Amino acid sequence: MSEQSTLTYARVNEDIIRMLDKPTVKWLALFIPTLGFVGFGLFCFIHQVYSGLGVAGYRHPVFWGVYITDFVFWVGIAHSGTLISAILYLFRANFRMSIYRIAEAMTVFAVLTAGLFPIIHLGRPWNFYWLFPYPNQRELWVNFKSPLLWDVFAVSTYLTVSSLFFFLGLIPDIAAVRDKVKDVPRKIAYTVLSLGWKGSNWEWLHYTRTYLFFAAFATPLVLSVHSVVSWDFAMSNLPGWHTTIFAPYFVAGAIFSGLGMVITLTVPIRKIFHLEEYITLDNYDGMAKLIIMTSLIVGYAYGVEFFLAWYSGSPYEWGQFYYRVTGQYALFYWIMIVCNVIIPIPLWFKAVRRNVKALFIISIFINIGMWFERFNIIVISLSQGFDPAAWGIYMPSWVEIGITVGSFAWFFMFFLIFIKTLPAVSIAEMKEILPVPNKGIKGDHAG
Amino acid sequence: MKDNQGVLGIFSYVDVTVETVKKLKRAGFFKLRVFSPLPNHDIEEVMDEPESIVRFFTLFGAMLGAACGVAFTVLTSTDWPISVSAKPIVSLPPFIVIIFELTILIGALSTLLGFLINARLRRNAPKSMYDPRFSEDKFGVMVTCDKESVEEVENILSSQGAEEIKFDEV
Repeated sequence: MSEQSTLTYARVNEDIIRMLDKPTVKWLALFIPTLGFVGFGLFCFIHQVYSGLGVAGYRHPVFWGVYITDFVFWVGIAHSGTLISAILYLFRANFRMSIYRIAEAMTVFAVLTAGLFPIIHLGRPWNFYWLFPYPNQRELWVNFKSPLLWDVFAVSTYLTVSSLFFFLGLIPDIAAVRDKVKDVPRKIAYTVLSLGWKGSNWEWLHYTRTYLFFAAFATPLVLSVHSVVSWDFAMSNLPGWHTTIFAPYFVAGAIFSGLGMVITLTVPIRKIFHLEEYITLDNYDGMAKLIIMTSLIVGYAYGVEFFLAWYSGSPYEWGQFYYRVTGQYALFYWIMIVCNVIIPIPLWFKAVRRNVKALFIISIFINIGMWFERFNIIVISLSQGFDPAAWGIYMPSWVEIGITVGSFAWFFMFFLIFIKTLPAVSIAEMKEILPVPNKGIKGDHAG
Repeated sequence: MKDNQGVLGIFSYVDVTVETVKKLKRAGFFKLRVFSPLPNHDIEEVMDEPESIVRFFTLFGAMLGAACGVAFTVLTSTDWPISVSAKPIVSLPPFIVIIFELTILIGALSTLLGFLINARLRRNAPKSMYDPRFSEDKFGVMVTCDKESVEEVENILSSQGAEEIKFDEV
């Protein structure tokens, strides 16, 4: 990595810890409106709780709408965080080093956001805890044969494990911040959070093994979580949902959307905090290649869905897919195709992969396209099921749009707090890709 | 209690640190700790510590998780048998999802517990034997020895070019 040759260990500490300095006016100018949108989302939710689910746009036969779309979207966003932090770690892909902390933080906050939606979607959200298996006075246990319950287990396991993985990676860096900060309240906070880390060989020995095992657990977990989310749909026999390709299709889509979001988040951070030496063009090049791969997989899935519908000989299945491309929701379908399949095509060219502005624009389209992908799968399938007499059209209400906007603000709020409180680039891991400080003495160690 | 003396040498280079550890070991000092801002294979090799036992926590945690998953799904399903879609009361395929997730959940929690127990955070070295620069760009070698050997250790550390040497009772 020639672009990082001017960096030294001390400079890495200095540059990364400087990001935690007092919030600037620019930061506040972002944070305060974000809080405002969170407040608006909360207002919409309270309005919905007070008035009932009727204020959401649900109309027969569509009773899974924007909230479930948002849920799947945010769980998907979470996925590339674990891909970058765990799967690429196991593959020893060095381009992950500078971006994995941001991606991991994104994972945790995206799962936190996703977890709200099943609750918002409930008619009686105060009873959400009925989803959890616990001994109760009705002496009833949950139905383990329901994919919705698998979701409870998968998403809560994912939140727990990804949060712990995130914290584990932070321990040596929090210690570095602890050693640098001067003011007492922050010193106390970072001292407590660092768990007394001193960086001795004994700590590193156990730490590196623990990190490896966590990565090994997180890898199958991340694949399982979006598979389970896809089975929420695939396990029912609705045309457009009941298909075996859903699990790999959803996982690839999740990684695709997550990588889009990582680029959307890192480009402004890189510019604002002058991290060009850390988040290099090589890093973006690596991510863009992954985007090409996952874009091809989702593009293939879009095509093969039509093939399966045609080859199955089922008029309901074929009717559903014909409706997707020509019916009332056709605009949304074609937005999805353009954003997810066509717009990423220029990434085949190296010049585009290394052009940060172009990448940023493409990543925004990927975010939009992937949101519509989930909307299309959920809403279009529901609006035209088996019985033409029960067909109907659904459009989101202002309450649903307000809560969706609020969810984006909720996610960005956590993110803005994160970049001002915790090191957004891994200090210890950045040092691993810098040249080792050797004096060049002739010892008998192999070095 | 505090019969032992701690001597800490601070270095800027990995190879010098590794060489110092070798010299100290040759001179018969084996109670050593090396501090570094990042994990390093040369340091790990020269320190030659036994393999981390965190892996057993991982293995047993995962096995416990799988067992909990099986027990939980099967026992609660048979506790109040309700036939759903004419499927068997104990139906393994859907239970595998729950068993899989619990294997990972309890396995990961147990791995973290293994780390917290074994890494001896806070107890690795007294505060006086730590330098804040160890999290930045310096490497440290801490030797625990009896009071008579302090001079010898100091000589080795300074002959290796230690930039700073600290002493304290440990």
